[in-house]
Amino acid sequence: MEDKEEANNEPLDLVRLCIDEMVVVKLRGDRELKGRLHAYDSHCNLVLGDAEETIYVADDEDEDEPSRVRTITKKLEMLFVRGDSVVLIAPHAPIVH
Amino acid sequence: MQDMQNGDSPQEVNQVGDTEDPSKFLGDIIGAPVVVKLNSDIVFRGTLQSVDGYMNISLERCREVDHNNKVVRDYGEAFVRGNNVIYICLDDGSV
Repeated sequence: MEDKEEANNEPLDLVRLCIDEMVVVKLRGDRELKGRLHAYDSHCNLVLGDAEETIYVADDEDEDEPSRVRTITKKLEMLFVRGDSVVLIAPHAPIVH
Repeated sequence: MQDMQNGDSPQEVNQVGDTEDPSKFLGDIIGAPVVVKLNSDIVFRGTLQSVDGYMNISLERCREVDHNNKVVRDYGEAFVRGNNVIYICLDDGSV
């Protein structure tokens, strides 16, 4: 426990450990990005490479069925994400301590 | 000149122990299982790893759960940006 607190004593340390790793970023508006984290700052502005954007859209075409969720994906080579739309950042594959 | 003798100002401000900084509460529950509700109605459960001044948090074993408390996604470790948080409470497993 003590060691863990030293290694991880503020939340952004977790993001720091994800530099150059694949991350999942949950954004406002049912969007998600997966990509390699090249840079971040204290606002959670991010630079992601080899990114894939996933947008979750409620599909209301069949009215007798409960709305299914459709996904739209886009490949993006390199992008800057403005921090204010970030909800969650997680390593894509869990980091082994 | 006015006489200052009436200045028996209330020096002893009530130092009640329970009027603490709310973020001290968060500091105290580090390591405990918590439920975190976001303003987008998303609920995460996990173990509180750390908190900062923006109320950014990191969670261990972070799971997104739906209204029926069913796990819809397991993130492992996760950083949650503080501006999205409505509340953080101890997870007593009863929800």
